[in-house]
Amino acid sequence: MKRLLVWLVAAAGALVSVIPFYWMVVAATHDGGELFASPPPFLPGDDLMANLRSLEESVHFARVMATSLWTALVYTLLSGLVSAMCGYGLAKYRFKGRGLLLGVVLATMMIPFQVLLVPLFQMMASVGWVDTYQSIIIPFLANSFGIFLMRQAFLGFPDELLESGRLDGAGDLRIFYRIVLPCVRPQLGALVIFTFMSQWNAFIWPLLMLNSAERYTVPVALNHLIGLSHVDYAGLMLGAFLATLPLMLIFLLFQRQFVAGLLGGAVKG
Amino acid sequence: MTSWRRRTVPWVFAGPAAALLVVFFAYPLAASLVQSLQSTERGVTTWAGLGQYSRMLGDPSFLRSLANAGLILVVQVPLMIGLATVLAYVLNTSWLRFRATLRAAYFLPAVTTLVAYAVVFRVLLRTEGGAVNQILGVQVDWLNDPFWARVALIASITWRWAGYNAIILLAGLQAIGREQYEAAAIDGAGPLTTFRAVILPQLKPVVLFCSITSTIGTLQLFDEPMVLTGGGPGDATLTPILYLYQVGFKQFDFGYAAAIAWVVVLLIGGLSWLQFRYFGKEDR
Repeated sequence: MKRLLVWLVAAAGALVSVIPFYWMVVAATHDGGELFASPPPFLPGDDLMANLRSLEESVHFARVMATSLWTALVYTLLSGLVSAMCGYGLAKYRFKGRGLLLGVVLATMMIPFQVLLVPLFQMMASVGWVDTYQSIIIPFLANSFGIFLMRQAFLGFPDELLESGRLDGAGDLRIFYRIVLPCVRPQLGALVIFTFMSQWNAFIWPLLMLNSAERYTVPVALNHLIGLSHVDYAGLMLGAFLATLPLMLIFLLFQRQFVAGLLGGAVKG
Repeated sequence: MTSWRRRTVPWVFAGPAAALLVVFFAYPLAASLVQSLQSTERGVTTWAGLGQYSRMLGDPSFLRSLANAGLILVVQVPLMIGLATVLAYVLNTSWLRFRATLRAAYFLPAVTTLVAYAVVFRVLLRTEGGAVNQILGVQVDWLNDPFWARVALIASITWRWAGYNAIILLAGLQAIGREQYEAAAIDGAGPLTTFRAVILPQLKPVVLFCSITSTIGTLQLFDEPMVLTGGGPGDATLTPILYLYQVGFKQFDFGYAAAIAWVVVLLIGGLSWLQFRYFGKEDR
């Protein structure tokens, strides 16, 4: 009896979690008009190519995906580097200003970034960065969450290894790249996934910055599509599916790091 | 040379982040505080003192957005954490098969792009022929009726975040040793008593973590209401950050937008502190 209940809850939870994904696939492969027919379609249809074409016509979705992909990759690379280096500095060196820097990093984690929207917008406007790619990459490069995650990762790194590197005559940067970084690969993986996902999903800031359609990222393009007077629902579902696809693939391939990255040290994955 | 090196090397590592934080965090943070004390009319900026803040007290839209956030805090957050606890409990059941698959399934919603899932729910919830209405056999105007729009928003957020919280809670459950369940069973405790007397007290710090992060998330809510309902109908699903966006970037009233932002900061700080104070201590 109790077992049956647990099974029922387990199955219901899984079903509710997965059904919207399934429906996304069904909807993305049907003609827009069929989505609201009675009864609604339950199996994937054969209009995928037609929907792809119309999505391409309305917002150049291939370009949108490419923009999202390369800006997220550049952001992840630069921000990951900045975070890892800063985390290492905070964890393994004692220097003047270290306490203050750590305090600022923690404060950034507590304070919602929306407070910065207005002044950041004005800063971007005054240097002419509105509607540029750098405006969505550079301001948030110092990611406090990433810095903190990396600091925690480096704290336990044995000092003896650093010492032996120094005795061998290696410089500090060399020690960092050759000895330290390879040892924290799992945490780096979590950092990379978290950072990529936060940039891929970013909405309010790109929405404010990117005005011309040829610079839209995926969330901004989807938002644009709903705002049209004649909404192409099938195209929209296909867009939502394509927006989720990269994240889903990363999740299925690197589940452990993904969960660790998203939970951010709350759980030792 | 060595002392010079000792002083500069750490900044080679920490410098880039420190510089970025000064330019793109500390400076705009200070600027927004100053801005919230000013008002700009026809290009002339004057000192407003706390005028922008007192303005909020008489602004029905702002008060509505706060009430909506309050409603989500009181209804959605407990509902979601309750559901998450049930899911975590299920995942922690040792005899249950396919646990890894179930775990992945529950976590899947947390993998979706916020805007993308809001778009999907918008289509699922369409009044005319939307899948939800058809399956339930009803004609609910989900997104255009004040009551149902709130229900839709709460349901969507719960779908997105329940599994995420379940995974966090699962880690908390796994930290409780199996022998403690066995001891409770030997003492004749039923499943409910075991849950209340053994599991819940030890799970408390994790529940607190979930509850604080959810509070922060609620007060920062933007993507979902923006895409799902646009804050409507009327201001029925307006959230503080969505209102901030409208005030700042539709009406270009920067001073007022900055003041709203600071109220959100204070609310997040205050509510986190309260939860910590009242639920965080006891079992230390």
